[in-house]
Amino acid sequence: MAEIESKALQAKEKAEVTTPAEQTRPGLVFTPAVDIFETDKEITLLADMPGVKARDLNIDLREDVLTLASDVKSPEGADEVDVIREYRTGKYYRQFTLSQVIDQSKIDAELRDGVLRLRLPKVEAATPRKIAVKS
Amino acid sequence: MLFRRMTGWPTRDWTSPFEELDRMRRQMDLLTGGLSRGFLSEPAAGVFPLMNVTEGKDNYYVRAELPGFEAEDMDISVTGDTLSISGERKLPVEDEKARYHRREREAGRFSRIISLPAQMDTGKVEAHCTDGVLTVILPKAEAAKPKQIAVKTS
Repeated sequence: MAEIESKALQAKEKAEVTTPAEQTRPGLVFTPAVDIFETDKEITLLADMPGVKARDLNIDLREDVLTLASDVKSPEGADEVDVIREYRTGKYYRQFTLSQVIDQSKIDAELRDGVLRLRLPKVEAATPRKIAVKS
Repeated sequence: MLFRRMTGWPTRDWTSPFEELDRMRRQMDLLTGGLSRGFLSEPAAGVFPLMNVTEGKDNYYVRAELPGFEAEDMDISVTGDTLSISGERKLPVEDEKARYHRREREAGRFSRIISLPAQMDTGKVEAHCTDGVLTVILPKAEAAKPKQIAVKTS
């Protein structure tokens, strides 16, 4: 892989999203930044979800739609007053349509330091095989 | 065209008399900046990372969202009434043969200095990073804490 030189990170405002159905509790909903890549065996999804604990995260896969939804509790204590507020906290929500067939029993999810790593192994039949052409 | 020749005022096509007013209004909006975005919107994203500073009775709390950062890649220092945070995020190298569908997360350096309204007790500052949120707890210096003054009645 080529050398990636360190450049300065740019600040981005968190992207708010309007979910298709309204939330039952009022609050902001944001879209987490994700990286998705696939190899021959599996699809991996990495999502930045700071402030999310494993028990508040719901990952759902049904009918080829993958849904990431999580609740984030406000980290401030009750007696704290805002001096500067540059970002807001809120729930995370994002949906993806998967074009591949996924082996649901082997899905693996790991949440560490606010980064979710979701590994979706493809069903065996979908791994490409080279077919030799006999002449 | 006639207007331009007479006054030398730079106008483009004079298709409607309100176009010039509209342009002036837009330029005024740019000058006044925040007023046109509403009172409740936060300042525009400036420097990474965006931070929230809150004040409790005895401490200042500074929080920043830094997912995926290792503790040793961050450098936090405190002097007097300024806090400076810098660091670098490295994305773990994935499989060579991976084909990316999306790439929205970024890696790189950041450095930010923020100054707080009061002096801090630099010896007792604590910082911890859990679940990708960095929290720095800065106790206020004794001189900066509010003191209750009893009113004597004589």
